[in-house]
Amino acid sequence: MRTTKLGLLAGLMLSATAAVAEDLKIGMITTLSGPAGYLGADVRDGFMLAIDEEGGTLGGVPVDVLVEDDGLKPENGRAIAERFLERDQVEIMTGIIFSNIAPVVAPLTLRADRFYISPNSGPSQFAGSKCHENYFVASWQNDSLHESAGINANNLGFKNAYILAPNYQAGKDALAGFKRYFNGEIVGETYTQLGQTDYAAEIAKIRAADPEMVFQFLPGGMGINFMKQYDQAGLRDEVPLVLAAPSADINILRAVGEAMVGVANTSHWNHDLDNEANKAFVASFAEKYDRLPTVYASQGYDTARLIASALKATGGKVTEDMDGFREALRAADFDSVRGPFRFNSNNHPVQNWYSRIVVEEDGEFRNKTTGIVAEDHADAYVGDCNL
Amino acid sequence: MISERHLPKLMALGVLVLLLLPLMLNASGSSYLISTATRLVIFAIAAVSLDLLIGYTGLVSFGHAAFLGVGAYTVGILSFHAYEGDTFFGLPGTLSGLIVLPLAVALSALVALAIGALSLRTKGVYFIMITLSFGQMLFFLFVSLEKYGGDDGMMMFDGRITLPGLDLNDRMSFYYFCLACLIAFFWFCRRLVASKFGRTLQAIRQNEARLSSIGIRSYTAKLLIFVIAGAGAGLAGALSANHTEFVSPALTHWTRSGDLMIVVILGGIGTLLGPVLGTIVFLLLEEFLPLILHSVGLDLLSEHWRFVLGPILILIVLFAKSGIYGLLFRSRE
Amino acid sequence: MSQLVFEQFLNGIQLGMFLFLVSAGLTLVFGFMNIINLAHGSLFMIGAYSIALISGATGSFWIGLILCLPVTALAAFIIEVLIIRPLYTRDHLDQVLATFGLILFINEGTTMLMGRTPQFVDMPEALSGSVTLFGVFSYPLYRLAIIASGIIVAAILWFIITKTRVGMQIRAGTTNREIVQQLGVNIDGLNTAIFLVGAMFAGLAGAMAGPLTSVEVGMGENLLILCFVCIVIGGIGSIRGALFGALTVGIVDTMGRSFLPSILGAFLDPASASGIAAGLSSMSIYLLMVIVLVLKPTGLFPVAGRIS
Repeated sequence: MRTTKLGLLAGLMLSATAAVAEDLKIGMITTLSGPAGYLGADVRDGFMLAIDEEGGTLGGVPVDVLVEDDGLKPENGRAIAERFLERDQVEIMTGIIFSNIAPVVAPLTLRADRFYISPNSGPSQFAGSKCHENYFVASWQNDSLHESAGINANNLGFKNAYILAPNYQAGKDALAGFKRYFNGEIVGETYTQLGQTDYAAEIAKIRAADPEMVFQFLPGGMGINFMKQYDQAGLRDEVPLVLAAPSADINILRAVGEAMVGVANTSHWNHDLDNEANKAFVASFAEKYDRLPTVYASQGYDTARLIASALKATGGKVTEDMDGFREALRAADFDSVRGPFRFNSNNHPVQNWYSRIVVEEDGEFRNKTTGIVAEDHADAYVGDCNL
Repeated sequence: MISERHLPKLMALGVLVLLLLPLMLNASGSSYLISTATRLVIFAIAAVSLDLLIGYTGLVSFGHAAFLGVGAYTVGILSFHAYEGDTFFGLPGTLSGLIVLPLAVALSALVALAIGALSLRTKGVYFIMITLSFGQMLFFLFVSLEKYGGDDGMMMFDGRITLPGLDLNDRMSFYYFCLACLIAFFWFCRRLVASKFGRTLQAIRQNEARLSSIGIRSYTAKLLIFVIAGAGAGLAGALSANHTEFVSPALTHWTRSGDLMIVVILGGIGTLLGPVLGTIVFLLLEEFLPLILHSVGLDLLSEHWRFVLGPILILIVLFAKSGIYGLLFRSRE
Repeated sequence: MSQLVFEQFLNGIQLGMFLFLVSAGLTLVFGFMNIINLAHGSLFMIGAYSIALISGATGSFWIGLILCLPVTALAAFIIEVLIIRPLYTRDHLDQVLATFGLILFINEGTTMLMGRTPQFVDMPEALSGSVTLFGVFSYPLYRLAIIASGIIVAAILWFIITKTRVGMQIRAGTTNREIVQQLGVNIDGLNTAIFLVGAMFAGLAGAMAGPLTSVEVGMGENLLILCFVCIVIGGIGSIRGALFGALTVGIVDTMGRSFLPSILGAFLDPASASGIAAGLSSMSIYLLMVIVLVLKPTGLFPVAGRIS
């Protein structure tokens, strides 16, 4: 009983100490804990870099970013979202990494008439029938990652492929996305277990099927396990891999090492993209954090700069001028680090996808851009959205 | 420490505080905390139901989140079909709470009957592991329900379930509804453990061999309490689905069963009140420890608050023999 | 086809041997000390991080492999003295809560020290590459090395437990602690020794896993659940049971992943067969455990006379 009162007291105290500054509040609900924590940390670091570069403002407007860890639990996401929306009166919500937190946070945000801008996940339902005028995705619609890999596989001349992904929704979407554009034959399709560490059985099956190439979407640690073991089994040189961006980010290259060299993959961004905004971003990120940015860091940075461009256009008005801010966001009037970029009618990106190959440079493993696989690529769901 | 004699008075006071809580939160301009309070209340129902097994019968179930999942998916699937306007095995979906809630509880009880019937053949650690197995199997079953979002789960697009005369989409009403469920379930459990059946359960926990030697069939009693606890967790699951308006397999993951065990042990097993206190402390720490650490300037620890929570739990184990309840109350004997 | 079946069988044995490396320590600690140590997976992780750090600094996998043992033992010693020892006489539930707190502490501490990104462990030159087995298929040398280390650990444990005086005390203690205590055995010393040995096996397994798996925070927890499955199927406290349980889990899991899709494909369309097969194979080891426990409620090789 005593504890109940204590809890209440704590709550009252916290609400009393809430900041009173007039800065525009941005809520960032992201995933910082567990093995996937570096995704959230990089999005946050990229976002903060953009603010630092402007001396604490975005588009000249002083901003206050509240960052909290959802711990990958939907209930935590909800609790934080409600606190942000009501206590802190955040006007923009961002930061969500995973597709199972977004369906909890996004509807709450939209119902409260605030803006939701995703720096990472873009689940299909929000791109299609459930699209919303105040819901923006600054990164990519989930399927595009894998569609671009399918196009890349065609370009590389592969006539058949063995594909595998974990047995969950994102995995199924990934294989569907790959197949949507890949013209060759699928000689084998395997769903693996979530959190699987040993891939000997799958690798033996791949060897037996003798495909021309393999496409896998095993995010995070699962992908690292697979790549190490695939190389160990001596298959890397026999059956080449074609991957999507999340399977070949710089942290994965570092953890897998030499075994990744020569692997083809696709992404909407790379550290060597030849545009001024990107060169400046990579240099200042490396200077501030003493490491190369990942694709997630670039997404965080671009999200912040997108917000900055819109704030500049409206003079800092967000919820006071919903229509103005929305139009300013849709204009996407900033130099994205990924190169050409605009919003489609469903507020999801239309952008280029680049082919990359993993190389070793000065003892470090990096992706090298080799060309464009898809120009002005839009997602497959825009037709279902009536905005 | 407070004598257990004062327990009834304190509990009445506690109920009063819980009843007035939303009003106080509204008055202080922090009504968003009602949602946090609702989450505590829902989790407490599940924790109390698990205490019936762990604390009163000595059955350590490591798969209790399975029933949360059954309750939540009952709500979610019916809501899904109501939204889509199609049918589920020929039955239409619905949002009517008078149908959904009893069905969620009944289905959880039924699943508990099946799991319990098999699991109760084992004892001790083997029981822990067999219940874990059933929980994991249900988890993977929910993950493979592609129609209902698989691992990503599904949203309840039409909002919460409906009850005549009560708008559950209103935060206050929903809080009071959940609180009423907790109080009713808590009262029921107190009556249950004080009854003859409750004494049988205690006897099972203390010395099952002796009990069977005097001809009492402990299996039936254990199965009955397992079903009751499963139904309680199913109710909590159904409420939880309505709270987040979202259902996903994460509810049935083994770490969720672990969290439930942790709050029961933390609060003090075999006390019913302990698990409620454990829930309050654990969930509030989880939500506010980062903020507290941040406000005292420990920013590094604020981001890595689990680094602080871990030792807190260890210290509570080492220095409080029966959890938080044991810290607060002096036993009557 | 039969060649693939054989290869997958070998893969199953390899996975089983790996699980045995972790389970052996768990079953010793659980069986003899009667301690449920959820942080056993953290010791596994400490082994993996040690080899990543040490072999990264020295450039030698082997130095890392040797040094990870004392590092894990040191961590285990601190844990045993500070946390486990006060819990000997306490309820299993208290041990669960305390070691759960320990997991949070170790995981978050590792994140603070080492960052969130996975670590790299290089494959030792001598064990990279493949060998051709039976003149038919090539098999990675490193996986054979894991099988070999499993066999070595099993042999060492078998020798200690059946042929030495300490082993006799362990066997007696697993069956009945009080009697051993009354016979004047230094039970505290024996407890600490067993905890350290169990931890070193976990550390060794973590180090061996380094080149093959992602070295990251939380890598121990999923494995821990699998290892509990192994030792429970085998019967708690029994090394033979842990070996048998681990091999069974390894083989069932691997064979399920390999052949369920094609078996189901005979009845269903390929897409749904693949999805259902993946779901079923994820469940397979849990289903196995349920079947074993329903038929034999104390595992396959219960320690005779053990009071659980």
